[in-house]
Amino acid sequence: MQHSTAYIIGFSTVVCVICALFVATSEVSLRPLKERNIRVDRQKNILSVAGLVEPGEKLDAEQIDNRFEQSIRPILIDLATGEENTGIDPASFNQRAAARDPARSSAAPPNPSKVLRVPDQALIYEVVKNGEVDSIIIPIEGYGLWSVLYGYLALAPDLRTIRGITYYDQKETAGLGGEVENPSWKAKWVGRKAFDERGRIKIAVAKGPAGPPDKDPYRVDGLSGATITSRGVTNMLQFWLGAEGFGPYLNRLRGQAGA
Amino acid sequence: MASVQREVLLDPLINNNPIALQVLGLCSALAVTTKMSTAFVMSVAVIAVMALSNTAISLIRNMIPPNIRIIVQLTIIASLVIITDQVLQAFVYDISKQLTVFVGLIITNCIIMGRAEAFAMQNPPGLSFIDGIGNGLGYGLVLMAVAFARELLGSGKLFGVTILPLVTEGGWYQPNGLMLLAPAAFFLIGCFIWAVRSWKPEQVEEDFHVGALLEPGHEGNLR
Repeated sequence: MQHSTAYIIGFSTVVCVICALFVATSEVSLRPLKERNIRVDRQKNILSVAGLVEPGEKLDAEQIDNRFEQSIRPILIDLATGEENTGIDPASFNQRAAARDPARSSAAPPNPSKVLRVPDQALIYEVVKNGEVDSIIIPIEGYGLWSVLYGYLALAPDLRTIRGITYYDQKETAGLGGEVENPSWKAKWVGRKAFDERGRIKIAVAKGPAGPPDKDPYRVDGLSGATITSRGVTNMLQFWLGAEGFGPYLNRLRGQAGA
Repeated sequence: MASVQREVLLDPLINNNPIALQVLGLCSALAVTTKMSTAFVMSVAVIAVMALSNTAISLIRNMIPPNIRIIVQLTIIASLVIITDQVLQAFVYDISKQLTVFVGLIITNCIIMGRAEAFAMQNPPGLSFIDGIGNGLGYGLVLMAVAFARELLGSGKLFGVTILPLVTEGGWYQPNGLMLLAPAAFFLIGCFIWAVRSWKPEQVEEDFHVGALLEPGHEGNLR
């Protein structure tokens, strides 16, 4: 059967319009659900790194929301000075978008974590327990083997002891580098020291097993079969705890504590 | 169920399995089979896309101008895949995070276009729907079998439930890291094809060498 050109154009237009309608409808109608999932997933990661969710504990979205509201305080800081920035509403701040925006970020010096741009502001979280700051959560990101890993690091008020680490977005090999999401590996970070007594960044992922936190405070078990992802984790901690990242902020807090 | 429908539904499970016999759709079979839960959701997604795309294409099969039929098929399949991806992100966010790009890559899964072109273009919607389900099940069957072996031997778990307690968690089982890498799926699918063909020898292809194309009676194979 031979079709005229007009028929072919008409037919394809109709098919495209119908398909576009279906796609647009699903996108628009499901968007609130998707956005909520992403937000809840982020909050769940922050709660878990703060030790406010037991591993394996099942919480629904509402419980996560409530716990987050109760005990987590988002704070926006200027990275270069470490001062709190009250000019921008933390709720509307999107750090990944800010890092891409030339007006709100600067190029990072070459670094093994392959962080290209550092935002001028960064969103951190204070965990408040019984009216006191229990830990400080900073966002971390850096390149592993295949992908950029996005996560959070929680530090105790002494600013040396690690309360926890978590990754919420990564595309490393499932079962190897992807084990950064394994609860038993994440549990190995708790109680280790990020800095030595003189404030130098010491924490690193070892190649092979590390000792218990009190004997071997600066090393964490390596992920077997994932040397490059493990190295990526070390590199990103070095970067974000250092002068280009949250170093100025941590120094400011140390100064306050000392004064 | 009439015999034709039963055959269309059940044939792709073993006799005409899209992965084992037609050797289609391998890339996603390697990628999403480290865990049973991801393999299961992927199978359901592929079954849904294939059943719906077969039905939709079959409904308009007599109206599709032959010279743009592949583009029309792709448009329909791509739209269905996007919708499936949205639904997964909205309702099973954790698993959709683990499936990452592979849901989107259902578009390029050769089985779906293969069935649209080979079956839905010639058959009525009801039968095409069943054919989509059947081929999706055949794909899912292999995925689940491969994921069963990979998750059990690679992480000692099934559907995330510990079956073999790992040494690293105080148990006795030393997991086989190879199972979590893509080549393991190649070995397992190879073994699966071997097993099916030992059971059903009629699936074994004729011995083939290039010279055979020139022999009398094989001219048709020379393209």
